[in-house]
Amino acid sequence: MKRWEREGVVELEDLDIPSEEYLRKGVAITECLQEIPCNPCVEACPVDAISMETINDTPKIDYEKCIGCGNCVDACPGLAMFLVKVTGDSALITLPYEFLPVPEKEERVKALNREGKEICDAVVKRIRRGRTTLVTIEVPAEYALEARNIKVVR
Amino acid sequence: MRIEEHPVLEFERGKEIYFYYNGKKMKAYEGETIAAALHANGITKFSESTKFHRPRGFFCGIGKCSSCLMKVDGVPNVRTCITLVKEGMVVEDNDGELPDGEVQEAKTVEMEVDIAIVGGGAAGLSAAIEASPYASVVVIDENPRPGGQLIKQTHKFFGSKEERAGTRGIEIARLLREEASKKCNILLNTSVIGYYDRGHHFLVAVNRMENVVYEIKARKIIFATGAQENMLVFEGNDLPGIYGAGGVQTLMNVYGVKPGKKGLIVGAGNVGLILAYQLKQAGVDVVAIIEAMPKIGGYMVHAAKVRRCGVPIYTKHSIKRAYGSERVEGATIVELDENWNYVEGSEQDVECDFICLAVGLTPSVRLVAQTGAEITYINEAGGWIALHNEYMETTKEGIYVAGDLANIEEASVAMLEGKIAGLHAAHSIAPVENFDEKMRAYMENLKIFREGVFGARPKMAKEKIRERYHEKMGKGRSG
Ligand SMILES: Cc1cc2nc3c(=O)[nH]c(=O)nc-3n(C[C@H](O)[C@H](O)[C@H](O)COP(=O)(O)OP(=O)(O)OC[C@H]3O[C@@H](n4cnc5c(N)ncnc54)[C@H](O)[C@@H]3O)c2cc1C
Ligand code: SF4
Ligand code: SF4
Repeated sequence: MKRWEREGVVELEDLDIPSEEYLRKGVAITECLQEIPCNPCVEACPVDAISMETINDTPKIDYEKCIGCGNCVDACPGLAMFLVKVTGDSALITLPYEFLPVPEKEERVKALNREGKEICDAVVKRIRRGRTTLVTIEVPAEYALEARNIKVVR
Repeated sequence: MRIEEHPVLEFERGKEIYFYYNGKKMKAYEGETIAAALHANGITKFSESTKFHRPRGFFCGIGKCSSCLMKVDGVPNVRTCITLVKEGMVVEDNDGELPDGEVQEAKTVEMEVDIAIVGGGAAGLSAAIEASPYASVVVIDENPRPGGQLIKQTHKFFGSKEERAGTRGIEIARLLREEASKKCNILLNTSVIGYYDRGHHFLVAVNRMENVVYEIKARKIIFATGAQENMLVFEGNDLPGIYGAGGVQTLMNVYGVKPGKKGLIVGAGNVGLILAYQLKQAGVDVVAIIEAMPKIGGYMVHAAKVRRCGVPIYTKHSIKRAYGSERVEGATIVELDENWNYVEGSEQDVECDFICLAVGLTPSVRLVAQTGAEITYINEAGGWIALHNEYMETTKEGIYVAGDLANIEEASVAMLEGKIAGLHAAHSIAPVENFDEKMRAYMENLKIFREGVFGARPKMAKEKIRERYHEKMGKGRSG
């Protein structure tokens, strides 16, 4: 049994991790690993980078096609899509955020991992308000695949 | 206890009004239920058990469990969870005594429609929208707002575009409500209390706020009464502060009132997982979600988002008892072994001031059972079910079921089943153009939904329901 089946925590080995080259380009990463009847991510993608054979499949992302627009992050009801872009020593992570308070641009927040534990400091670089509020944070590059939530500390 | 700010919801609170609780003057807002207003004022004990006088609070929040009964303006046994508070209202402890003196006269309204729909949730409203271009339709719902379970779902829904995936439940409820109310008559605060076969289908319904009795003659009836939450047996399970998950959602997401400060959730199916997330959104702490099974039952994406907010999920755990004097003060949880026995020495006390049970739903079958439609126990479907065919028609001609009442599933399925029932009912009154084409499309969508891993159980349930329906109908229709 996978850890996510018991505890709800995804491990890196469960994921399809883009190559370094794609990470530098900035692409979407999906953490949707279970066959559920759902496909808004496919519908949301402007370049058809996400594929699924039937609605019950898990989404597959074509990193070559993906332009890192974030539409799938906004549409996904499972909050299971993230954008990651590595630039030198730091990484930009775009994640869905449905809590209050919404941080300000350039605000310092705490980055949390998949268990909700604080792992490092992060700086908010962008806020996009769509169907879901998307927050782009900057963290040290080594946390690019770990930071998946934020905590606003004021 | 009121939520002032929320990341997803805006609470439209009505005019400030005052009511009396056991002689004490309290503030409320127009448009909220008595139960919500009492909670907002810190009152969680609503009644007492008749024999041992144990304190009781509300459990289901949708008028189905009877633990919130109080005396309101002299009338005993009022379901305070679905009755709106009014200026100057007198709310008292229930003594169960009927009032002396004259009986209140109710106005009777007679109605004749092609299709009567009982329940205005996802299924009922969809049926109404589908059928009303072809037939006269009335929808009857006993809650103050139509939309059923959808009106408290702040999360974006799964599914496909046709079923409005990616849209929040509350938004779907609004869209359905707007469309349905343009096309047909919706009676709110109105409970259907009886079905009679008078050679035609006949319903009796009561508007509880305005003292009106409706007598409705209908050519077809679609029952879409939804489901009610299951109870769990453990010591102290009747303490105020123990709620059905949906009850807490109603309180928190419809009326903007917090159930407490810190909660424990029992059950890691989708309902429990989503509730944990919604509590966090409302600024309420969740100590843990516990689950008896070795695996999380709900979607992994829901589990993952709850975990990212720091809520632990303990599988193979159960609740042993709840303690507290007037309300929940904590719970003892315990680990389970392979044979579902308590692991010795694994008891652990957790501090919490409320507990939510999210341990499954049971179809609300009592009303449709009055019609004489064949009812059978089907475990996979969640309990007693009215047998029905692929068009959602029961063994009694002209009586349909749809949504959670017809098998515990999802809103997407409830909407599709509503459309199927609505279309078929209309078509059997007067032929509908392109009937076959429309029906085929709805059925195809339904089939796709039940194909994934999560579709296995509902699919099996439906197969059994149909099989038994055809077995029964081989011997001719009942009723
Ligand atoms: C926490 C939670 C999360 C969910 N998430 C999803 C999801 O992501 N995707 C999804 O597809 N589904 C989801 N669902 C399921 C979905 O909400 C239900 O399957 C759906 O609402 C069922 O619709 P329904 O119309 O059958 O019943 P309901 O919505 O329960 O409506 C029944 C209506 O009937 C009325 N009624 C009952 N008895 C009477 C009577 N005697 N007289 C008058 N009126 C009566 C009630 O007042 C109620 O309004 C979720 C459910 C819950 C609880
Ligand atoms: S980020 Fe944009 S381009 Fe990339 S998969 Fe998502 S929607 Fe498609
Ligand atoms: S929209 Fe989200 S939850 Fe739905 S299939 Fe795509 S990634 Fe999974």
